[in-house]
Amino acid sequence: MNAMILLNTLMPGQVVLEYSYLLSAIMFVIGLKLESNPATARKGNFWAASGMILPMITTLLLNKDAAGEGISLANAAAVILIIAAGAVVGTVMARKVKMTAMPQMVSFFNATGGAASAAVALIEFTKNPNQALLVTLLGLVVGSIAFSGSMIAYGKLDGKVGDIFARFMTYLNLFFMLLIVVIILLVLFGGFGQATVSYLVYGLLVLSIVYGVSFVMPIGGADMPVVISLLNSLTGIAAAMAGFIYQNEAMILGGILVGAAGTILTLQMCKAMNRSLINVIIGAFGGGGASHADVQGSIKEITLSDAAVLLSYSQKVVIIPGYGLAVAQAQHIAHELDSLLESKGVEVKYAIHPVAGRMPGHMNVLLAEADVPYEQLVEMDDINPDMPNVDVAIVVGANDVVNPAAYDDPGSPIYGMPIIDAHLAKNIIIMKRGMGKGYAGIENFLFFNDKARMLFGDAKKSISSLVSEIKSM
Amino acid sequence: MESILTFLTENKEAIFIIVLSIFLGFEVISNVPSVLHTPLMSGANAISGVIIIGGIILVGHASSTFEWILGAIALFMATLNVAGGFVVTDRMLEMFKKKKK
Repeated sequence: MNAMILLNTLMPGQVVLEYSYLLSAIMFVIGLKLESNPATARKGNFWAASGMILPMITTLLLNKDAAGEGISLANAAAVILIIAAGAVVGTVMARKVKMTAMPQMVSFFNATGGAASAAVALIEFTKNPNQALLVTLLGLVVGSIAFSGSMIAYGKLDGKVGDIFARFMTYLNLFFMLLIVVIILLVLFGGFGQATVSYLVYGLLVLSIVYGVSFVMPIGGADMPVVISLLNSLTGIAAAMAGFIYQNEAMILGGILVGAAGTILTLQMCKAMNRSLINVIIGAFGGGGASHADVQGSIKEITLSDAAVLLSYSQKVVIIPGYGLAVAQAQHIAHELDSLLESKGVEVKYAIHPVAGRMPGHMNVLLAEADVPYEQLVEMDDINPDMPNVDVAIVVGANDVVNPAAYDDPGSPIYGMPIIDAHLAKNIIIMKRGMGKGYAGIENFLFFNDKARMLFGDAKKSISSLVSEIKSM
Repeated sequence: MESILTFLTENKEAIFIIVLSIFLGFEVISNVPSVLHTPLMSGANAISGVIIIGGIILVGHASSTFEWILGAIALFMATLNVAGGFVVTDRMLEMFKKKKK
């Protein structure tokens, strides 16, 4: 730390303040650790939240500026007022949001965090243009990208913004990225006067916001989980950069933890789709282009009563949910079906693909909302070896994540992506609204499988008719 | 070049913290079951609202109109991130229950 801060730490208040930041950082770590186990996760969230409130209070009471002045009463009142307003609005939004809309909500909150980091960096730049310039610029750039990128992601997930993909977007994005780097270097080493530097920094702000938009714009559909978690990690990094400006341990450690966590999740998502991060960011996906193998066989339908008999006399049933289940709000009725079957002695599990839904682990949240115990939710890698012993696999509103083209068709865009091996089950029932293609726009070989039969209709209606059919047996 | 060296020397501790935090982050998160990915992301997202401390410092010492306006925006946005993030995470985690026997 520099001499100024060392001098300040000699005062008791400053020591308390510094150590409250350290304590807060430790509470974040404990919180995240507890949040990685379902049994303790809620407690972990509470620890993390407490780790946030502590430094807020100590900062308000004990922070002193460079001149040694504390926070005045009037300013403190303003701080409390703004926080109260933000807390009320944030809590109401978080309470009201539907579980299906969770990805949008997380993106939105991520955008606000990014905007806050960018704003803090901008003010710090105007106050002390020469202090910690590199991290200030990084905080500004990363925060702005996270803000505008997350807003676009929010709009897309909410169906307000469509995908724009054109080949030139890739080059445009590379150009923006390069320009941002060049401007940062110019500001740092160009030796320009104060006025010019200011213009460059404002230019950098605008450019970063534009880049955030053009970066997320072409990324569509199935790649959304990757983007959300990437943006999440950017917001953490932006907060850490701002923490660097204040030499604040809670901000640095908290921000970097989030950055690291987001990076791991991003890489896991990429792995779950068998794609590299670069490929997601600059590559096209869906909408054809690649050659497709010809589909063999024909589509067969199953009647409700046949499906009811088949399920009732099975020993092992696996339900494979996709986003279609969420759209139809069929998670509650699906739980009714599994309880009914369990009461008849059938073992029912849910097979969850890592990218089912619109964000990592989204499907788990939806099923948990419907009171499905988490022990019944089985991850892809754990259920696949057991699939040949499964009597019936029910595919509800899932498509690409069960498409055997991932194994068989080297020309398919999803070739090599890990899938749930529904095709190995003894019988397959596919619930679907119609013959439309999945989110990635690819023909699904599973539908033409000899063991597969279709049950067309809205997932919620189909399952509830199935439930009453089984009850009446 | 000299400015880089000065920067590296002056911020030695902070750089240390960053490097160690990266390892810590990887270590803490790497074994999370996918069941918890969404709540974890949302919980981590709430933690990135730690920028709220910066907001408090800025509004706390704001004097010019520019500082007041932009500081208020930063503080409000950060609070949304923190409050909304923790509440939404709690709502999700509340639903993860063990099987009732």
